[in-house]
Amino acid sequence: MQPILEFRNISKEYILGGAARKHDTFREILVRTAKRPLALLTGKSERQTEERFWALRDVSFDVNPGEVIGVIGRNGAGKSTLLKILSRITDPTEGYIKARGRLASLLEVGTGFHPELTGRENIYLNGAILGMRKSEIAAKFDQIVAFSEIEQFLDTPVKRYSSGMYVRLAFAVAAHLNPEILVVDEVLAVGDMSFQKKCLGKMSEVSRGGRTVLFVSHNMAAVQNLCSRGIVLKHGNLAFNGSVNEAIDYYLNSVSGEGAHGHIIDLSSARRNNPRRPRLLNKLEFYTDGDTPMRGSLPMGTALKMRIHFPLSEPADDFEIGIGFDNMYGQRVFTAHSWFEPDRMHTERVGPQVFICDIPSLTLVPGQYTLRVWLDVNGDEVDLIDDAARIQVIESDYYGTGKVPWNGTFVLKHRWRLEQANGASPAHP
Amino acid sequence: MNGTYELVIKPRSGWQPIDWKEVFLHRELLGFLAWRDVKIRYRQTLLGGLWAVLQPLIAMLIFTFVFNRMAGVKSDGPPYPLFAFAGLAPWTFFANAVSTSSNSLVTNQQLVSKIYFPRVFIPVGSIAALLVDLGFSLLLLFAMMLKYHWALTLHALMLPVYIVAAFLAATGLGLVFSALNVSYRDVKYAVPFLIQMGLFVTPVIYPIHYLPARIRPLLGLNPMTGVVLGFRSALLGSTPEWGLIETSLVVSVLLAIIGLLIFRRMERRFADII
Repeated sequence: MQPILEFRNISKEYILGGAARKHDTFREILVRTAKRPLALLTGKSERQTEERFWALRDVSFDVNPGEVIGVIGRNGAGKSTLLKILSRITDPTEGYIKARGRLASLLEVGTGFHPELTGRENIYLNGAILGMRKSEIAAKFDQIVAFSEIEQFLDTPVKRYSSGMYVRLAFAVAAHLNPEILVVDEVLAVGDMSFQKKCLGKMSEVSRGGRTVLFVSHNMAAVQNLCSRGIVLKHGNLAFNGSVNEAIDYYLNSVSGEGAHGHIIDLSSARRNNPRRPRLLNKLEFYTDGDTPMRGSLPMGTALKMRIHFPLSEPADDFEIGIGFDNMYGQRVFTAHSWFEPDRMHTERVGPQVFICDIPSLTLVPGQYTLRVWLDVNGDEVDLIDDAARIQVIESDYYGTGKVPWNGTFVLKHRWRLEQANGASPAHP
Repeated sequence: MNGTYELVIKPRSGWQPIDWKEVFLHRELLGFLAWRDVKIRYRQTLLGGLWAVLQPLIAMLIFTFVFNRMAGVKSDGPPYPLFAFAGLAPWTFFANAVSTSSNSLVTNQQLVSKIYFPRVFIPVGSIAALLVDLGFSLLLLFAMMLKYHWALTLHALMLPVYIVAAFLAATGLGLVFSALNVSYRDVKYAVPFLIQMGLFVTPVIYPIHYLPARIRPLLGLNPMTGVVLGFRSALLGSTPEWGLIETSLVVSVLLAIIGLLIFRRMERRFADII
């Protein structure tokens, strides 16, 4: 059988400092041109001073018709770049992909949705953007509306929708695409739980229908559920290609080896999804019982104290820090937020600040947790780090019985007793 | 959709031909994008679609007052308000088309970085949407002609040619400016200025014979000269200067071709730098 997708030596090189050069102005060009003769004198050409990096390097694999492939890897491993190349949004630097079938990609739900347009209008617009014919959209219109559960708001501009409604409508359109190859990136990470379930159901329906699917996700449970084969990307290279269970094992093992760090983490250089925002969160410190520095691992049920450093450039009294704990399957297990603090004093502050979060007993089960940290000032998210730090929770005698819990998400103090035997024959007559 | 369908994704460099097959495949989307722009342009405004005619109408009133009444500029036959409006209708279309299309890629960043379809659709769709406005100004022009008892002749059949020429000229410039705007946001500031200058080198407010005969041919290099002169000859029966109009039409076509080529050459980098 001929593969439906052939990836051959796909490589993509990005020029770093791209962020700085993103908004080149003529003035900068003039300055650079003026500097160039100087560069000639010093013997340094500009090309050399530009930093380049390979987001993908020599990635080759085949996908057979009807296969559902999970692409996994850490942030920055090249997953999104791979999908962008396959979706023809950006060209590869080297190599080629052969696709033998109509391809549709969903890198985001609701691409092209316009807030001023009504739900009905957006169904047509978004459908067309995703590559559907007008007649196709019209034929599926009722199904789309039924799936989205927004019938009564069909003629309301989507800017008045709640975010849940918006996502439901957007996914509903996407779910009714009918390509031979479907490329999906992390779109399930949105919406409420029941809708996520519905989406996963739709996805598995699609994959059982003989469609070829490439699925990128951090949600290992979803990957395991939907995919037959897994591909692990690591630093832009293809690290593993095999059955989905083996791929997940490979990924989890490789991930848990990383992330050992000191108790003070420099956040100023951590990767941000939005490179254009100022890097405000600059330091994160970890302490455990008795304010002793915590290095990498923390026994289950012990205290965790975090000190988060950030500056306030202007006087503000409304600033909040949030810390999300995600487990290895990418599921949020706990969110700590300064906003939940009942005794929070809203006094105006300016300049460098340290926010301290005290968790008297972190009762998460053993495993690795990725911390997402964000800062809100005056109600706006001003900085966000998806992968700020990893903490390893290790086994401990939490229940004081020497017995260690082996599954679940967290441990809770709880007691057991037998009800007083009633009517039954007493042990001592 | 059949077994023979095969797509090869590989690095591209240099000049790219236009993939007409792909454009045809996605043709409905171009319509949808234009329709979207029409729908949202005047949403949440009090006057709504009236803005489409108010712009050239107010400009016409001002120009009539300043140039005709105060400076004594005369038309080449028809009443000055008709003369000015017949020029301002296509000019307003052109000016708005160039400025909105220049910013179209940047304002539709999400479409550029998250999904693929022929990129040309973004600027071209935004220009197509403005044809609706042009239609409204033409209706107003017809109403004014009724008021001035100025009869419409069979020459009006030529009008579509000039509308196409205006469209092509705006497309050519819009494609180049929108592509440049992706890397150089200076475009956003330079374009309004260029358009303002353009008004003075196009015979919109003055008749062409006000210019010395030896520099008149130079005006043919301005694609809008042909459009404005053409509009006047088609609608108001002004004597057309065919030589000028023809050169100008050729320039429009060339502009569109050059614009497309430059756009195609630059488009593969859009998603990486926008």
